[in-house]
Amino acid sequence: MKHTLKNVFHSPRFLVGFIIFMTILLTVLIYPYFVTRDPLQGLGKGFLSPGTYVSVYDANNTGTYRVELPEADDNRLESSLPVKDRQTMLDYLKAMGADVTGLDTSNENFHQLIEVWKANYSDADAKAKKYEGFSTQAKRNELRRLNNRLSTDVSVPMSVTKGEGDSATVSTVATSDYVKVTEVANAITLPLGTDNFGRDTLTELVKATGISLLVGLLAGSIATSLGLLIGLLAGYIGGVVDDILMFICNIFTVIPGFVLLILIYSALGTNSRSITTCAIIIGITSWVWTARSVRSQVISLRNRDHVNLSKLSGHSLGRIVLTDILPYIASYVVMAFILQVSSGILAEAQLSMLGLGPNPNELPTLGLMMNWSKLFGAYTSSNAWWAYFPVILVIALISFSLNLMNTGLDQVFNPTLRD
Amino acid sequence: MKTDEKISVQPEDTRESVTFGSDRNKDFSKEPLCLSGKGVTRVFHTGKTTTVAVDHVNFEFHKGELISIVGESGSGKTTLSKILLGLLEPTEGEIFFKGQPRDISTGAKKKEYWKGIQAIFQDPFSSYNVFHKIDAVLLDCINMRGGKNLPKEKKIEMMTEACSFVNLKFAELTNKYPFELSGGQMQRLMIARIFLLKPDILLADEPTSMIDACSRATILDMLLNLRNETGMTVIFITHDIGLAYYISDSVYIMEHGKFVESGRPDEVMLTPKAPYTKRLISDVPKIHEPWDLSTVEIK
Amino acid sequence: MAKKMLEVNQLTTKYITRQGEDVYSVDHVTLDIEEGKSLGIAGESGCGKSTLALSLMGYYFPPLHYTSGTIVVDGKDITGLDPDTVRKTVLGSDVAYIPQAAMNALNPTRKVGKFIEDVIRAHELPMDKKQIREMAEQRFAKLGLPVDALDKHSVELSGGMRQRVVIAVSTILNPKVLIADEPSSALDVTSQKMVIKMMKDMMAQGMVKSMIFITHELPLLYNVTDDIMVMYAGQIVERGSAKEMVFDPIHPYSRGLMRSILVPEEGTRDVKLTAIPGTPPNLKHPPIGCRFADRCRYATAACKVNQQPLLDIGGGRSYRCAFSEKELREVYEREDG
Repeated sequence: MKHTLKNVFHSPRFLVGFIIFMTILLTVLIYPYFVTRDPLQGLGKGFLSPGTYVSVYDANNTGTYRVELPEADDNRLESSLPVKDRQTMLDYLKAMGADVTGLDTSNENFHQLIEVWKANYSDADAKAKKYEGFSTQAKRNELRRLNNRLSTDVSVPMSVTKGEGDSATVSTVATSDYVKVTEVANAITLPLGTDNFGRDTLTELVKATGISLLVGLLAGSIATSLGLLIGLLAGYIGGVVDDILMFICNIFTVIPGFVLLILIYSALGTNSRSITTCAIIIGITSWVWTARSVRSQVISLRNRDHVNLSKLSGHSLGRIVLTDILPYIASYVVMAFILQVSSGILAEAQLSMLGLGPNPNELPTLGLMMNWSKLFGAYTSSNAWWAYFPVILVIALISFSLNLMNTGLDQVFNPTLRD
Repeated sequence: MKTDEKISVQPEDTRESVTFGSDRNKDFSKEPLCLSGKGVTRVFHTGKTTTVAVDHVNFEFHKGELISIVGESGSGKTTLSKILLGLLEPTEGEIFFKGQPRDISTGAKKKEYWKGIQAIFQDPFSSYNVFHKIDAVLLDCINMRGGKNLPKEKKIEMMTEACSFVNLKFAELTNKYPFELSGGQMQRLMIARIFLLKPDILLADEPTSMIDACSRATILDMLLNLRNETGMTVIFITHDIGLAYYISDSVYIMEHGKFVESGRPDEVMLTPKAPYTKRLISDVPKIHEPWDLSTVEIK
Repeated sequence: MAKKMLEVNQLTTKYITRQGEDVYSVDHVTLDIEEGKSLGIAGESGCGKSTLALSLMGYYFPPLHYTSGTIVVDGKDITGLDPDTVRKTVLGSDVAYIPQAAMNALNPTRKVGKFIEDVIRAHELPMDKKQIREMAEQRFAKLGLPVDALDKHSVELSGGMRQRVVIAVSTILNPKVLIADEPSSALDVTSQKMVIKMMKDMMAQGMVKSMIFITHELPLLYNVTDDIMVMYAGQIVERGSAKEMVFDPIHPYSRGLMRSILVPEEGTRDVKLTAIPGTPPNLKHPPIGCRFADRCRYATAACKVNQQPLLDIGGGRSYRCAFSEKELREVYEREDG
């Protein structure tokens, strides 16, 4: 036994799979101690892209530090009007025939460029004249947007507001004044942004991973124990018991499991679908293959001489099954279990993706997150990759690691695959 | 190659050659019956086909006798051995154990019957549970024979005795698994098991067919010793006609589920009467008599 | 002197285990077979007889590796050829190999005739389907095999018939050497006799020029081959004519082997059946001296440290022992006396 365990951990495939899986599992277990927020709590509205969000209000009340970054001005100018836009402006001015001598996109000429622009540009003019290179509607829209941005003065020093709507200038903020993010009373880092409901995607994802793993484990345990029990009974007892059990097996094989799953599930209605029912239903529709292969293994074991000798020794049926049969198929059952967990997680994801998942108001699952991303157009209109890509990655990683562990085990237990 | 040394011969180990009991050609028909059968039949139904694996066989095995059941693959000898062992019930016919009709209808009665009959199988590698150590295998035998509450020293003494009977050293075997031994050693350990169990009947199903010919004598000798010491009946199932001729007290030839001929080995092997036996004996390659290939008709 | 069909000189091949250890299962084997003759190889399981059979094809695949020595088939050196060339120009036409499980090696979805086509195609011979069919029919008729077997699937044939068909298919190109590794061990005695008869017919008709026959059944070997060679732990320990080897072995190991023969013949019930104690050495770490010394009743201290060469005593007889033929014979006589 010890030897086998050692061998298992010497298999590089198993080890890689195990490390990935354990990393995911540990993250799921430890993360809630650091972030105690409710994963389904909405923090804002709509998809916020990943980044650190600092409360403007609180930043004003935070002590300032004097930091003189040499590139500070340049950064500011770039941030308010990127060089790319300046080039567009220059091109337009040239096209309409304005005097652009001495103008370029450099920071030194920034204000001059804006003055010349303001003196020359008007929406109506751009629309009426259709200058060369700016004749299309898209180009003109771009110009209009640019102009709108410039209508608020980009270089005016910021005024400090006190209280909402109260706009009295208390002090002038120098360009070299900085606040420290950690000192600001309200700042939040959202490494994966938020989803459509404004929920922190990372927290939601960790919770969902945990729930999906639970669904997988539960479904896997149910499927494996059912399959093992039925396979053992059918294989060892044989005769009529075998016939009846295999008949049931055949029925389950013929009916496509996933269709059955969908039918049972949609019959239940959203509110009665809890995580547990989800797992149970996945479990009881996926035991068939385990039962079949356990049965065939038991049949070949039943005729092995050591089982006959055990019978001749007068051992009871229970003892023979426990000591002479089960240990021989244990490795196989472990492998089947791993695959069942993996397919359980995938089945939940598939169901939820179709909108048949567990009650979405209770807890997130990986499938539900995918479903929400789809419903609220994260793939299409918002281009909010952070709402679905990490979910896909986690599903793939779990499935990959479990399958890797399975092939690793196969290599150890199956002598014909050893290289 | 020159050597000045004279060849010094080490004494031959008696356990390396076959020694029969006092009387090689003893007549066992006067001994009490140990196992006998009348019209024993076993039919298998698979789908629409019906196979008669064992077809109305009659037999009388006496106490202390070494009986060979000779048959080629498909002759039904494996099914018959399972019936004799009580692992299969005959569909027809009756079996008598020590003169009484054998009753194995319940688990308890089966257990009682199995105290009287044990087996050694062909493949030593599949005869052991690979998860059990050698000590556990032997200890199990002592416990089965009511030795559960014996002191530990006594148990070890018994196991050591059993191992030395088959020329193995128990001290070297503790904490080892059976598959760490060679095929011959594993088969010897099986005999040690029988030594501890002391059944009335031992059914040996091709116990030497997976063992090299040059270590076969050791196993056979141990079986014969066991028989001579305990007076157990040995049913030897084999396809090897030469081997059956050599060791047995009586021979049963089996073809298509029937015993076509039986009797003392000299009668059956040297003057066969049944056509099947005649063909079988003539088709086995021999070394003193010519092996006539011209009699073969290519079909 | 007849033409040599197979000459093997100091052939050594090894297995490389998963742990990367070398196991020399065929250790400096030298043998030759003349045209029309057959050689039997005997020995315990694990003595290297099956490995020798594989090695003689010149076709190596892991974990078996070629180490040194030469194999010459009818004057053509086949050592050192790349596997593809061996498959196209040696296997089937120069050397044919039949393993024990050959009869189960036929693809159950194809008809027997197709396999013969495959053999011809693999050797890129210029024959069309009709010619191949004609040749196959002629061959089957000559060997007494039913011609309609060509149109059957292998599963429709009985075990003995299947084995004979396999042998007929693999010798269709008239190989110079046929290597048969336990070709009849899985069969009942009657089918075995048919297989042997067919192989002997093939030799007599020159379809096969020479044969190596491997089996652990000594009575069978005695009846099939002209010469018998005994192998132990990867080495040849003795070679001689079948009769000499069975009734008058020189080497203590051969003697032990021959004394384990059991046949249903008058008088054999009274022979003394003996065993050779112990087990063969582990070839990962072979003994430095005589490989049989640990199990030999006559071994001296010198035997355990000195290696013995294979001694040729003429008349096709050779053996590997520190003692002279005379000394051994005297001891045997005293023992039996």
